[in-house]
Formats: sequence, structure tokens, C-alpha cells
Amino acid sequence: MSIQTTTAASTAQPQISAGRLTHLQRLEAEAIHIMREAVSECERPAMLYSIGKDSSVLLHLAKKAFYPSKPPFPLVHVDTTWKFQEMYRMRDKVAAEYELIFHRNPECVKLGINPFDHGSALHTDMWKTEGLKQAIDLYRFDLCFGGARRDEEKSRAKERVFSIRSPQHQWDPKRQRPELWSIYNGRRSQGETLRVFPISNWTELDIWQYILLEQIELVPLYFAAPRPVVDRDGVLIMVDDDRMRERLHPGEEPMIKNVRFRTLGCYPLSGAIESEATTLLDIVQEMLLATTSERQGRIIDHDGAGSMEKKKQEGYF
Amino acid sequence: MAHASDLIASDIEAYLISHQYKSLLRFITCGSVDDGKSTLIGRLLYESHLVFEDHLAALEADSAKVGTQGGDLDFALLLDGLTAEREQGITIDVAYRFFSTEKRKFIVADTPGHEQYTRNMVTGASTADVAIILVDARKGILTQTRRHSYLVSLLGIKRVVVAINKMDLVEYSQATFNSIADDYRQFAKQIALDDITFIPMSALKGDNVVEPTAHMDWYHGPTLMGYLETVVVDDDTASLPFRMPVQWVNRPNLDFRGFAGRIVGGVVRPGDTIRVLPAGTTSRVARIVTMDGDLDEAVAGQSVTITLEDEIDVSRGDLICAGESPAEVADQFEAHVVWMHEDEMLPGRPYLLKIGTRTVGATLAHPKYRIDVNTLDHLAATTLALNEIGVCNLSTDRPIPFDPYTENRETGAFVIIDKLTQNTVGAGMLHFALRRSHNIHWQEVRVDKAARIAQANHRPGVVWFTGLSGSGKSTIANIVESKLHAAGIKTYLLDGDNVRHGLNRDLGFTDADRVENIRRIAEVSRLMVDAGLVVLVSFISPFRAERQLARDRVESDEFVEVFVDTPLDVAEQRDPKGLYAKARAGQLRNFTGIESPYEAPEDPELRIDTTITTPEDAADRVVAALRLQGIVP
Repeated sequence: MSIQTTTAASTAQPQISAGRLTHLQRLEAEAIHIMREAVSECERPAMLYSIGKDSSVLLHLAKKAFYPSKPPFPLVHVDTTWKFQEMYRMRDKVAAEYELIFHRNPECVKLGINPFDHGSALHTDMWKTEGLKQAIDLYRFDLCFGGARRDEEKSRAKERVFSIRSPQHQWDPKRQRPELWSIYNGRRSQGETLRVFPISNWTELDIWQYILLEQIELVPLYFAAPRPVVDRDGVLIMVDDDRMRERLHPGEEPMIKNVRFRTLGCYPLSGAIESEATTLLDIVQEMLLATTSERQGRIIDHDGAGSMEKKKQEGYF
Repeated sequence: MAHASDLIASDIEAYLISHQYKSLLRFITCGSVDDGKSTLIGRLLYESHLVFEDHLAALEADSAKVGTQGGDLDFALLLDGLTAEREQGITIDVAYRFFSTEKRKFIVADTPGHEQYTRNMVTGASTADVAIILVDARKGILTQTRRHSYLVSLLGIKRVVVAINKMDLVEYSQATFNSIADDYRQFAKQIALDDITFIPMSALKGDNVVEPTAHMDWYHGPTLMGYLETVVVDDDTASLPFRMPVQWVNRPNLDFRGFAGRIVGGVVRPGDTIRVLPAGTTSRVARIVTMDGDLDEAVAGQSVTITLEDEIDVSRGDLICAGESPAEVADQFEAHVVWMHEDEMLPGRPYLLKIGTRTVGATLAHPKYRIDVNTLDHLAATTLALNEIGVCNLSTDRPIPFDPYTENRETGAFVIIDKLTQNTVGAGMLHFALRRSHNIHWQEVRVDKAARIAQANHRPGVVWFTGLSGSGKSTIANIVESKLHAAGIKTYLLDGDNVRHGLNRDLGFTDADRVENIRRIAEVSRLMVDAGLVVLVSFISPFRAERQLARDRVESDEFVEVFVDTPLDVAEQRDPKGLYAKARAGQLRNFTGIESPYEAPEDPELRIDTTITTPEDAADRVVAALRLQGIVP
């Protein structure tokens, strides 16, 4: 693991002496350990693949954990039909190399659930929360890896690495198991499933630094480029396809701005930021100088205090 | 994240290279709500410029709404996660926080100081390198200070900071600080803590948290942040003998067989001699494989895949050790046990024990004593309840490799899992193997079970009748025994009431006693099966776990579970011994079906519905089942 650069100075990397691992080496080793424990203690594991940077890191770690074997589980993409086009291209590329299952909630397809007419809360609940539960039930997965991190949001700070869910997929904060040392209890009663978060202890900076070190491929949307956006209540929304063009408010005119995304979800729910960061180094630099947290661009957290906790209890990842 | 470094803007690459080699420190903060613990962590984040503007805006709004600091920022609100807790004003679980400075990345386990939450503190301490113990300068060393310090020491944290907080409220008095530090040193001797650093501070005012203060010129030690950034925790684990619990056998094709695991002690290099425990086989390391290429050396903390020179049998749960200094192997131990579940520990009940990557069956004996975490007194105890800590002997159903916890936290720590709910119900630290574990060898016997079976015209077995009181178990069992006896089968009937008059007369009807009752019967049955008998056991035996224990004591084809299924209202109506009436009148406590639960068998060999089957027909069905299983001809 080292920064790939062209400068001469970087070739003289400090040698890691016995017992002196860097923080990233320790985090990587911990994530690999967690993945191997999880796979060993369940029957039908899967990895939730959301195409974002955290998923990309998770997939990379899975390759390392089981090398020279391939990761012994499929990836699952719970689709909402409202992801950015570039995300779908990335997904198809990954699907060419790994077993990738994608699931769309058929009820949402039938009802045409979308963030414009039904609001972000219902859209997320129906497509993502319900969709994920359906996929887990349909394929009878007993364990699903996710890329959630404890630094993302207050209620996540108390999440276990191995998080037990009831047969109805509910997260009960009172029923979570104590987790000591590096001993993880992956056992389940009838109908229970596990969500496992190997990168729980990573921060946003760790993720970016790791992407940089390991040269992990990302969706180009993370990098600044001229893109058509509209300013809606102070949030820059990208006009990603015709469905958005049909729904422009009176007087709204898409404008081309140099923007990028700090987090990716459904395009009408992901705010862009104006940026000139076109390389990984630029992005890390911009992030280090940033003064707002990454989830700010994500609309679901603003539904009110405790909203993430409520979503989790209902089964949102 | 507003890291204060000019390099970020001027030379991001140089900055990142300098940060690539940061180390990681995990610490735990202990103290009560009143000691200002959350305020301290909030202050550390805030003063390290690690609070984002949107978080800060939320903090300002929250402080105005529910804050306890008048108009000022209430840093504690940065930390309290769950809505319910926020309203109660106490944290009730372990929360992990992250921040980094120019020198280190930190993971903070924030755990509550509230009385009943030993469980959470033990959890947080299990992964910490350093503990910060907060003391209110106005109050000095309190009961809870002792409790936290004891737990820190029990969990093997070697380095402790005693942060004497709220110095602003004692006029920054050096005499107060010294007197508290002296008191603490006296106490610390009892619990074998010796690497202690005392820091006078005010988390509220910011004195000695990140910046040295002008208010206490008599203090020349480090600030808290100064300490955290420089304390050497360098993995004491790397100097230990090599240990790697095998997590997963990697077999992508016939030519590759690697053993994947995280190294939890020492260093390994290709060519090293290793020993695989518990089998004891030896080989040498061929390669250390990673996706980034083979390594010349790997150290404690790294996750790797090892290949060996010889084709020896290695599977998940095995411990690969340095050949010249392997771990011990035993099946009986003394250990500290911390109970973590509302349902108390049941001595004798079969639990699962997970140590490293190995899960085995285990039973705990009655505690030798329980520890009062406030006074450190040893108290007599028959069990352990939630948040209680005791010293127990325990035995595993197979020999397991281990090191004493004080030598290696990773190979000496275990958790206890309930077999039915699969919940983690306890945790513990192994002290040593009991001598008898090494010294008990089975007495070689010339006349063995096979010889006894050969002499009889049938095989031995256990017919286990379970059901509510009054369900008809004994009635049916008696008829079965008469029929078998008539056919020349050697039998014995163990009946709940009869056994309670003799062998088990010291036992009552609490859950713990019921477990012990069945454990003894299971053992007696096993001996009788060994003697070649068909044993008929007629016991209410309300718990699945104990019936499973009895089943596990004999061969799988030697056990027939008969569920005498009579609905509660029917049994109560029959009430042959008048017990239901007594129980309903409150004269008989813990009666099964009334005050104590009955867990019906999920998959018995035979289920008899007594509302539609006569005792005679039921007995015929039992004999038929025995025939089907090949026990009787």
C-alpha cells in the first residue's frame, strides 16, 4: 500500500517496523478479518453494492480478503431506476467481472414511485428499504455486507459491526449484541439476518486516502466536470435524463456548471457541489479544507432529528 | 474538515505522504455524566477543528433547545446518539468517535458511567489501548472511579490517564490535585495499575485539554492531547510468540491451499517452523500471500494468507503458533466471567464459547466468588446476573488452544453465546488451565460398552419423556417398561419425583436448580446406557437446552425424545397430585406452566397427543419407535 506518484521523494517510504502498522493498514486488516469471519459464520452471504465510493472500497477489500479466490458471494444492487446514468455504466462494468444481482421493487415499478411526485421519504422507503428487504427474502440471504461507517451520523456511532435484524428486518437498538475484542458473533436464530459493516471504523478521509493509495476506480461523478444543473432551494440538482427535463419548475433553466458529487444516490436527491477538483488528489485536498460533513448533500438526513435512527429501525441499511 | 496545516493548500501530496504513516490509538473514556465526560470528548473534537459547520449549526440549535450550559455550547450534545438517550440526558450504550490530528488517528469508545452498565464499559475497554478516567476535582476519588479503574485493569489496559477535571471550580488548586493523585496511587496498587498519568484540567474551559493553560503554572506535564498523541502503545503484541487463528481455508484450485487469518501475536516469515493446535502437527511456512504480492514478513495486526510446506490437516478454528513456543491446549479452565444478559448465568447449562475463530460447547461451574466492583470484595454467589463479574471454572466439550489473557488478549478472551437465542450473553478472560484437565485420563476398562451390548439381546438407549406435570408421562413410561421387561429387555425407569427424593433432594425449582437436576439425570442416563440398559426417563424437563444436553450425552441413534403433549388446561383439569391447585393458590412457586415456562420440543422422535391417544396405545407407539431405531428387536 503506497501512494503512487512520480516524484522521487515518494520512493523512499518509511519502512514499517514490527508492530508499527499505519492506521490504514490496521483498518484494512480489520475489515478483511471481519469479512472472513462473516463469510465463515453464515450460509448465504451477499454484499450490498450501491456503486458509490464506499461500495467500491468494500469490493476492493473483499478481493483482498479472499485472494487468490474470488469473493465467495454475489453483489446485490437494489435499484431505484433513478440513479445517475454514469452509475449504471459503472454497475454494468462491475457485473461483467463479478456475480451481480439487481433487484427492483416490483410494486414501485408498477406505481411509478419517484422522488418528484412522492417525496424523498416515500421514494427511499419504497425503493430502497422495502427493495432491500425483498431482495434478502427472495434470495434468502442470511448475511449482507454494507458500507456504512460510524462517523456518518450520530445514530450510526453506536451500530455494531455485526448487526442483527429480526425476521421482519427490524433493527432494535436494545437487542444488539455486545461486541468485544475482535470476536464477532455471527450466529442467527430462525429467520434472523445479519448486516455486517466491515468499514465501520473508517472515516471519510480514510476512505479517500485508501482510494488514492490503492488506485480504486470510481464513478466519474465524484470528479468535477461541466454538467447541467438547476438550483432548487439552494441545492444543485443535476439534469441527468429526460425525466428531469420534463419536471423543470417554471422559469428553471438548466445551466452548465463545474460540479461534482460528494455522495451518490438517486440523482434528484443528491446535491452537487461546485468544484474544480478533477483528480483524486484535488478531491482529498478539497475535502480536507471543507467545512461541512458529507451527508449534508444527502436529503434523507434532513427529515428531522433522529430520522436515520427511525429509518434503521424500519430496515434501511 | 479544516485540518490546520498549510501543507494541505500548498502541497497536498507532501501532506498525504506525511499522513500515510500516522498510527492509530484507541482509547476509552470513563466517568459519569456529572464528570463532564461528553463535554471533554466534544471539546477534543471541537478544539482539534474537527467539528463540521453543519454539525456545529445543529449543536447550536440543540444547545438552545435541550442544552444544560445556559446559552453556551453544550459539547455533550455532539456525542449522544439515540433519540431516547438524548431526551433522558444519559448515554446508554457504547458510541465510537473518530478524530485525527497531524500525528495520529484516534478511535474513542464513549461509554456510560451509569451504575448498571458495566457491560458497556467492558465492551469499550476490550479494544482500548489507553483509558482516560475522569475525576471531578471537587469530589475526588469516588466509588465509581474505583469501579472504572478496576474494570480497566481487568480488561488489561496498561496505560491510564487520570484526568482531574473541573479544576476551575477548585480555584486551580495544586494541593487539591496532589491530594487526589495520592489517593488514587494508593488505590491503584490494589489493582495492579502502574502506568498512570495525572493531568489537571477543565474540559468546560479548555484548560490542558489541547492547549496548556495559564491557570496552573505549577503543572509541567503534558496536556491530554499531548499525551494521547505521543503515548507509546506500540504493539506489545508484536513481541509475543507468533499466533494466528485460522479463519478460512482458501482453496481456489487444487494447487493452492492457504490459511487465512489475522495475526494476533508476533511475527512470521517464510521458513518459520509452526505448530497447528489443538492437533499439535508441525510444518514450515512456505509463503505469506496477499493480493499485493507475497510478503517477507508479517506482524501482529495484519490479515494474511499463509501456505505451508507440508500437506497437514488445518481447518477454521485452529491456532497456528510459533513452533518453539506454542499456546497451551486444555478443556478445563479458571476464568473471569462478565455476565451481559438479563437472563442470569445457569451453571451446568450447555452454552457455546467462542475464542478466536473457534466455537465449542462449554459449561460453567458455580462461581467461586463474585466481585463487588465497588469495594473489590469477594462475595459468595451461586450464579451471575447482568453486569456481575465473577471467577468460575469452565469446561469445554473439546480441548482448545489458548494463552492466559494477561499474556495475549486475543488468544485468552472469549464470549459466551446462548444456544437457543444465539445472543452473546457473557464474556470472559482465561486465567489458566486446571490441573485436572491435564491429569484426568480415562481408566482403561476391559469390559466395555460393546462387550456388554454383545451379551444382551438389544442395544442400550434413552427414552426421554417430556411434558407438563400431569400430562401422563409416568403412566405411559410404566406401561412401556412392563412391555419391555416382558420381552427380556433390561430396563430402568428414572422418574422425576423419585429421583428428587434421593440423588437430587438438595435441588429446588429455580431455573438454575432445574438445569442442574436435568444435568445429573442426563449423566446418570449416560452411565446406564454405558451399562447396556434401556433407560426410561420421565421428567418435565421444561428447557430445550437441557434436553439437548441429555441427547448429546449419548450416540445420536441411542436417544428417543417422546413429547407427551397435553394442553395446559387438560393437565390442570386432571391434576393427579393436586399441584396445579396449589400453584394457582400461590402455595407452589415456579411451577411449570404457571410461573415457569415450558419449551415444547421442536422435533421430537415421537409426539403423543394424550387428548386422542390412550396410555396403552401410546406405550405401543413408543415400543414401535424403539424398534424402528433398532434399539429393541
